[in-house]
Amino acid sequence: MANEVCLRTLDLERPWLLEQYQSRGGYKMLKKILTEKMPPEAIIEEVKTSGLRGRGGAGFPTGLKWSFISRNAPGQKYVVCNSDEGEPGTFKDRDILRYNPHQLVEGMIIAGYAIGATRGYNYIRGEFWEPYERFEQALEEARSAGFLGEDLLGSGFDFELYTHLGAGAYICGEETALLESIEGKKGQPRYKPPFPAHFGLYGRPTIINNTESLASIPVIMEKGGVWFADIGVKNSGGSKLFSISGNINNPGVFEIPMGTPFSALLEMAGGVKDGRRIKAVIPGGSSAPVIPGEQMMALNMDYDAIAGAGSMLGSGAVIVLDDTNCMVKVLERMSYFYHEESCGQCTPCREGTGWLYRVVHRIETGQGRQEDLDLLNDVAGKISGKTICALGDAAAMPVQGMLRHFRDEFQYHIDHQRCMVGVG
Amino acid sequence: MTTTTAKDKTKRFTPEIRAEIDRWIAKYPPEWKQSAVMGALMILQDDNGGWLTTQLMDDIAAYLDMPAIAVYEVATFYSMYELKPVGKHKICVCTNVSCMTNKSDIIVEHLEKKLGIRFGQVTEDGRFSLKEVECLGACGGAPMMQIGKQYYENLTPEIVDAILEGLE
Repeated sequence: MANEVCLRTLDLERPWLLEQYQSRGGYKMLKKILTEKMPPEAIIEEVKTSGLRGRGGAGFPTGLKWSFISRNAPGQKYVVCNSDEGEPGTFKDRDILRYNPHQLVEGMIIAGYAIGATRGYNYIRGEFWEPYERFEQALEEARSAGFLGEDLLGSGFDFELYTHLGAGAYICGEETALLESIEGKKGQPRYKPPFPAHFGLYGRPTIINNTESLASIPVIMEKGGVWFADIGVKNSGGSKLFSISGNINNPGVFEIPMGTPFSALLEMAGGVKDGRRIKAVIPGGSSAPVIPGEQMMALNMDYDAIAGAGSMLGSGAVIVLDDTNCMVKVLERMSYFYHEESCGQCTPCREGTGWLYRVVHRIETGQGRQEDLDLLNDVAGKISGKTICALGDAAAMPVQGMLRHFRDEFQYHIDHQRCMVGVG
Repeated sequence: MTTTTAKDKTKRFTPEIRAEIDRWIAKYPPEWKQSAVMGALMILQDDNGGWLTTQLMDDIAAYLDMPAIAVYEVATFYSMYELKPVGKHKICVCTNVSCMTNKSDIIVEHLEKKLGIRFGQVTEDGRFSLKEVECLGACGGAPMMQIGKQYYENLTPEIVDAILEGLE
């Protein structure tokens, strides 16, 4: 099975239109929930049963996150959607926004109903102009149809939803940095606790979920949590969108069951370009430690399998690298990225990412020193776990992964001042 | 203490610009006008040929009742705001891993040669500027670039030529 959840309208013409979404059962569940006045606790239970875990990368159980909100606490609460898709290799939320924006709208309204929030914001990265326009169009259509506004379908429940546009900052994908950004500030992560469920947007109880997580909700409610959980495997319920890119013939977004063998996904994506050998795979966005190709070919695409191989499923962004790639150069580019995107708040990350980049850069350019590989591990270790948010770990993990699996390539660069790829 | 009066504040921008900024302000709680700063900066940047002057940032600060320094903080933090003049067409090329392994360096080299500028520079006639950007979330179409609001994917030097020729 494929394309049964977030991409269920993809085969339709102009699938982003309201009438197309409704032709696939869109807004049916929202109507049912509102007219039957379904108890919010029942919705949260269903989401828990589904085994849905945060699709942005962290993999935190969505239903559990929702249950942290004190539904009956007085005052404003918020639902926030994280569409600040920026983890290198990830391009799935863009497709949800472009091709099935209404399902995200419906998911956010249901989330609002479940936690007692009457306002939502979808934070879309600033570069995503086309997705932003599609989402805005969906909001207008939903408003006209009575799915947004006051007293939805006569239920007494109000919900209003707005888009906030980012302006170029990877760090805003971190949930508290994202909240700061909506508040009109630099996107610097907050200390946790307090968690957003208690002190979120404008200091109010807030849930923040990824685009794919929220867009999955209407289908989970329609077909049931058990149905969704059963698509996947233990600890990894459901299907998932995988963005696969790199040296492959048919890159793109594939919605397939959790636990699908990587080899099957690779085949769907047309295999490695020019029939070359698969050298390495970054299985979950650039923060995920690299896995050698042959090891990857034996793994399944679910949280436990990828974690068992010392990496992480992350956002489901799979970057395939063939044997023409120099791993020193790949790591140099990734380290540059984290240095560029560090928000500068915590010293280990601000300074450490610069160290990582500069040391990998000098190895890549033939200036490497014998002590550099130990130095890289040392610096990475001094960033890990010592920062407010996970960007520090995200910068350290690729370094550790590369040195674990491709140390010889780095050593060759240091010993010979040149690359071993293409030499032998 | 600010001496700006309400009248001064609204005089700074044209009615059209004010209406656009007000649309952003309306999305947020009344006591959180500051939330509209990102939207306002983008509106003014677009209106000013793609970059922000200190005067414009000061005007936004006055309009949104926030300290000027808080506007500068935002404008300098996010990569899409430009604090120096850019070309009429700002060409943003992704060079992150998926694009890199699909030969984004050839695209960069081609653009640099064709336009006679490097990353961070503007052509003499002011038509083009080049900018290296981080992953734009379109890795399935690598190598890719963004010009203005538009994404262009699966680039080759020939496709780049055709795109540039099609621009005003």
